[in-house]
Amino acid sequence: MKLNHKSSVLLVVLAVVLLFLPFIADALLGRGWVRILDFALLYIMLALGLNIVVGYAGLLDLGYIAFFAVGAYCYALLGSPQFGLHWPFWIVLPLGALLACVFGVLLGAPTLRLRGDYLAIVTLGFGEIVRIFLNNLNAPINITNGPQGINMIDPIRLGTFSLSSEQSLFGLSFPAVHLHYYLFLACTLLVIFISMRLQDSRIGRAWAAIREDEVAATAMGINTRNIKLLAFAMGATFGGAAGGLFAGLQGFVSPESFGLTESIMVLCMVVLGGMGNIKGVVLGGVLLVLLPEALRHGAGPMQQAWFGKTYIDPESLRMLLFGLALIAVMLLRPAGLWPSRQRQRELTEEHEDYDSTR
Amino acid sequence: MDILLQQIINGLVQGSVYALVALGYTMVYGILGLINFAHGEVVMVGAMVALSITQVLAGYALPPMVVLLISLLVASMVCMALGYGIERIAYRPLRNAPRLAPLITAIGVSIVLQNLAMIIWGRAYHAFPPLLPDSPHIIAGAIINEVQIAIILVAVVMMTGLLLLIHRTRLGRAMRAVAENPAIAALMGVNINAVISITFMLGSALAAVAGIMVAANYGIVHYYMGSILGLKAFTAAVLGGIGNLRGAMLGGVLLGLIESLGAGYIGDLSGGFFGSNYQDVFAFFVLIAVLVLRPSGLLGERVAERA
Amino acid sequence: MTQPADTLLQLSAVGKRFGGLVALSDVTLHIKRGEIYGLIGPNGAGKTTLFNILTGLYFLDTGSFTFDNNSYTRCPPHRLAQAGIARTFQNIRLFANMSALENIMVGRHLRTRTGIWGALTRHAAARAEEATTLQRAYELLRYVGISCPAHTLAKNLSYGEQRRLEIARALATEPKLLALDEPAAGMNATETASLKTLLQAIRAGGITVLLIEHDVKLILGLCDRVAVLDYGKKIAEGVPDEIRNDPAVITAYMGGHAT
Repeated sequence: MKLNHKSSVLLVVLAVVLLFLPFIADALLGRGWVRILDFALLYIMLALGLNIVVGYAGLLDLGYIAFFAVGAYCYALLGSPQFGLHWPFWIVLPLGALLACVFGVLLGAPTLRLRGDYLAIVTLGFGEIVRIFLNNLNAPINITNGPQGINMIDPIRLGTFSLSSEQSLFGLSFPAVHLHYYLFLACTLLVIFISMRLQDSRIGRAWAAIREDEVAATAMGINTRNIKLLAFAMGATFGGAAGGLFAGLQGFVSPESFGLTESIMVLCMVVLGGMGNIKGVVLGGVLLVLLPEALRHGAGPMQQAWFGKTYIDPESLRMLLFGLALIAVMLLRPAGLWPSRQRQRELTEEHEDYDSTR
Repeated sequence: MDILLQQIINGLVQGSVYALVALGYTMVYGILGLINFAHGEVVMVGAMVALSITQVLAGYALPPMVVLLISLLVASMVCMALGYGIERIAYRPLRNAPRLAPLITAIGVSIVLQNLAMIIWGRAYHAFPPLLPDSPHIIAGAIINEVQIAIILVAVVMMTGLLLLIHRTRLGRAMRAVAENPAIAALMGVNINAVISITFMLGSALAAVAGIMVAANYGIVHYYMGSILGLKAFTAAVLGGIGNLRGAMLGGVLLGLIESLGAGYIGDLSGGFFGSNYQDVFAFFVLIAVLVLRPSGLLGERVAERA
Repeated sequence: MTQPADTLLQLSAVGKRFGGLVALSDVTLHIKRGEIYGLIGPNGAGKTTLFNILTGLYFLDTGSFTFDNNSYTRCPPHRLAQAGIARTFQNIRLFANMSALENIMVGRHLRTRTGIWGALTRHAAARAEEATTLQRAYELLRYVGISCPAHTLAKNLSYGEQRRLEIARALATEPKLLALDEPAAGMNATETASLKTLLQAIRAGGITVLLIEHDVKLILGLCDRVAVLDYGKKIAEGVPDEIRNDPAVITAYMGGHAT
């Protein structure tokens, strides 16, 4: 990769900011925001994983959160008092990712020949099936503890270094949320690296070809089923890994974190940010985690300040504004906030289709 | 025997509602190739508006039948306006945009509608007043009440009407032409925008009726009732073959039956391991199985990939 | 199976129907190594259906076909591409939002190996393979005569260049048989003439060419042998001179039924 002077300066600035971000956020906004940053990183990982499926290979997956759930529950079951198992982090996390990958292949193998929207509904159904099972596998044999979820999950421990307690290093003290931030940041950077390498490779080109024209791709000798399955499995693996990290951070998982709303949220990050473009997806992830939080902190007090009392339930108002923002952004920038080079050009092109706006 | 019959009746009632909502999905999909994710919320708005009308009219001592008709009328009109507005604001500007862009605006619209409803009608569950006599009839050991009979009848009438409209009228011909090929239809002088608007309004009117059916059947309305219903109805539309009107009807009724029979017998089938709370799993498994075996749904045409 | 050593493709009594419509019936023909073989016929004669069978997009109902001495009767498209049949499409099907160069690089997919691991680590072998792919893609761009910058998006190329890019992409798969579906459609006389030169060069490079064309003049001036399809049946086959004077062909084109 060649960098000119300006972009290398930008990169250094970005690196420094990322390095000190938890301390900055802690000092300016409070510790709660560091935790929000942790979640933002988790969701960015998820969005990048889904981006491989939707953005690269063009497969619409509406049940992506199921893989996140598989990773999270794998961690929760093997590292909590639920079964009295306390397997180490470095086994449980990859195991969760692997299990998610297996689920991805099991779902994808029979269904990936379906056309776009049919695939969407099948993945949606799969997501719901996973959630319903998690919700109900507490009887007659209790596996998942049902709607109550699983508590007291082991914290993430790297050797003897626990991320759940304050640690001091280099004369600085790092609270738990800060430690998670650095681990998640490292994981996110790894996912970004993998995404970049994949995109610019033989496999990445094959994905793009399938997205563009599946018939032509298969006529050029691409085994479309296997290549699609590969995208599906890669996406699922990232989802599973993120799920493990989620369980470790929260110390608690329950089925309600893995509903259709969450799947849709991750899809929104990908599409709103700019499908297929890593920077866009990261931006989408950051915005969609931070915006609702900012609105949460803004919606109530703002009414107080302007009208002297709270007219509208702040939670409703927050989601209302969020929905309006989604609509507005897509109307103004239909290819997403930061589209990939290809899609950007696609949009500035004249369309041969009937022009319906007149 | 009577349990089986009872489950079939329940399934038919539920299936009628699914079928009406599924028609809305399938009509829009047939014409625009778009999943109108906000459609479920239109159903909810229909039910909520009907609730408000009954509350307003409660003071006038009108016969329940009149109240029902007025609320049906008003709810349909509100939903038609809503459907028109949704298409105009959230979909029309994006008709030539990347395929997933309108999906996101649709999600945005449903978030907005849900939260607006929560602001207007509150978070609580509301009781929907009984407008039809709740007298049960007993047929061969199974119970069916008048609301349920009305639901099935109204659904049949509306679906027949819709089929006649699509296949026997000028408007219907224009709709089929646009679904087939918008560009050519436009060249032949069909006003595409008008046809699309009318499609959304028709679908929304059906949604309003379905909303009132659900409200009357369960006696409860809630700002969240639209999303799961919409999801099921969309599943039904895909099951039947999306874009195909008869497919949506068949898919809706089948899904209702599958769920109801599944809920009734899944316990016996699995030796008591799975309870009726797995009825949704059952429905989705059937969906996946059908699509794996028949990738275009039950009545969907096989789209041969043209080289 | 006995067939002459110089036969590359052998179709035996191939039939295909769509519902009640018989698209092909009892078509038998063979293509020799190193020749340019033409397939002509009025619209709806079954030419494209035959193409789709050869490239695995359709499966035949009756009969069989062998390619390079192997039977490929029910084989998915990517296996046929692997075996050495590459094609272009009547209505151009490029990867519109990928660059010209990337389109050709996709064509190399089949002849390259790098998987996930190679993509992530970019080890020496993967880098070498990628470099070869890139170099080969540039060569092919030049070979088919595309002068635009290599990173131009495929859909922004001129019509004639899009046709050429499709040929380059097909050549990138290292085919034994290059099957072209109406490559001259919509071209002007100059473009057609240079297409002819290109096809002759491709044949000279050892690749057998199968050509569907409406431009009868081009076919008869270029092909070694020609088959004529009408209503799904082969009505004539032979060298161009025989075809020119064949009464059945003249009827199909001039009289009988208008196209």
